[in-house]
Amino acid sequence: MSDKTMTADEAVSRLSSGMTLGIGGWGSRRKPMALVRALLRSEVTDLTVVSYGGPDVGMLAAAGRIRKLVTAFVTLDSIPLEPHYRAARERGAFALTEIDEAMFMWGLHAAVNRLPFLPVRAGLGSDVMRVNPGLRTVTSPYEDGETFVAMPALRLDAALVHMNRADRLGNGQYLGPDPYFDDLFCEAADAAYVSCERIVDTAELTKAAPPQTLLVKRHMVTGVVEAPNGAHFTSCAPDYGRDEAFQKTYATTPWPQFAARFLAGDEQAYRSAVEEGT
Amino acid sequence: MTEATRAEYCVIACAEAWRGDGEVLASPMGLIPSLGARLARLTFAPDLLLTDGEALLIRPDGTPEGWLPYRQHLALVTGGRRHVMMGASQIDRFGNQNISCIGDWERPMRQLLGVRGAPVNTLNHPTSYWIPRHSRRVFVERVDMVCGVGYDHAAGARHHRIPRVVSDLGVFDFATPDRSMRPASLHPGVTLEQVREATGFELAVPDEVPPTREPTAEELRLIREVLDPAGTRTREVAS
Repeated sequence: MSDKTMTADEAVSRLSSGMTLGIGGWGSRRKPMALVRALLRSEVTDLTVVSYGGPDVGMLAAAGRIRKLVTAFVTLDSIPLEPHYRAARERGAFALTEIDEAMFMWGLHAAVNRLPFLPVRAGLGSDVMRVNPGLRTVTSPYEDGETFVAMPALRLDAALVHMNRADRLGNGQYLGPDPYFDDLFCEAADAAYVSCERIVDTAELTKAAPPQTLLVKRHMVTGVVEAPNGAHFTSCAPDYGRDEAFQKTYATTPWPQFAARFLAGDEQAYRSAVEEGT
Repeated sequence: MTEATRAEYCVIACAEAWRGDGEVLASPMGLIPSLGARLARLTFAPDLLLTDGEALLIRPDGTPEGWLPYRQHLALVTGGRRHVMMGASQIDRFGNQNISCIGDWERPMRQLLGVRGAPVNTLNHPTSYWIPRHSRRVFVERVDMVCGVGYDHAAGARHHRIPRVVSDLGVFDFATPDRSMRPASLHPGVTLEQVREATGFELAVPDEVPPTREPTAEELRLIREVLDPAGTRTREVAS
């Protein structure tokens, strides 16, 4: 069995410009930020990003890496509106596919199940249909005859997610209260890169936690990256909460200054800069 | 006990949204609706389910009684056993709601949250709204982006229902022949003129608009001593 461990930079070196990239987590929660930071250090650009958006989207948008965004929202949770995303959107920096949260989930499910679409009772009557003129509807072939949106599969070239623990083979474990949709992102993608707080032996995964915490299975995973504090500054319960003070710094510092101060070096430099004070 | 404040009338008006709903999930967005949902659960709607805002169903004292991560939450939405009270950056006379952006969607003047779950909510279960500052900027002739679906866009969708809109001035419903918004009650101290002045479209006004009901002494005690002893409600609606 193969050891899939690699560094964040190695994982990102396998991505290329123009890809469709799914990013796990939700809002400002368990985002694979160490992988996003590695992405920002690379030359990869022109991305289609698929995300329940948080600072992952804000940073990639601010850095001009996004060609198209597929999302239902972008938020920092405790700061409702993501300032860098807003600024990028208001200057027309990228194309947007704005869909409902449930449509997004069913798009992932369709991709996972190798279906071209799944019917969903959402979107009809709303301007989601106006701003996405490519969306089609289907009529139930049964007696009810109801019309649904045919949500197309959100197939991904690659997925990035962050777990609490993983083994070297790619089995990923979440210990917080919500799996979000991280397993779906991995299964919907041709290649999935899983960062984690700590790589442990397979046996250790279920020593103190029940088996249903094993969210990501190794057959869906291409690379495993040990990245302690790798979701910073988003939350990674129960290992740590959101770094609210740092998030505030992120939200209130002009992007060029923030990037120069915190993202100019590698992950170690980032940690040092964070420690130096926010 | 002193007289009820405007914020407390708002809590009562929000709580009333869940009266008679039975064993469904109350999903309040905002502080006053959260107080309202918990007040309803503690008094006249004891079967309501409450969330901690994350992945747990909880009792009013915070005891977990269920697991509801986002993916199950979205399934519950579709199953219909939920009544949400959402916010609105804009809302129009037929109850179309916008939280996505202000201005042209292609190049918005102000980017807001995004449609979130408003489209799926409004087609699947009752959706009420809470607006802490009733003004012409929120109550508009036409929303810039239809996120939550209003009566004129719903095409009679089988599960579509907007029971009420609560603002700091009153309670509004759509019990008119063309399903346009009308005042159902005004909070004590509020005049119809004041509401008209703060509304960017013509309201259907019935012959008589009653005042929002008074809280009972027990409800006031629960709000003041149990649910919000720190008085945070006055931050959302000044007294």
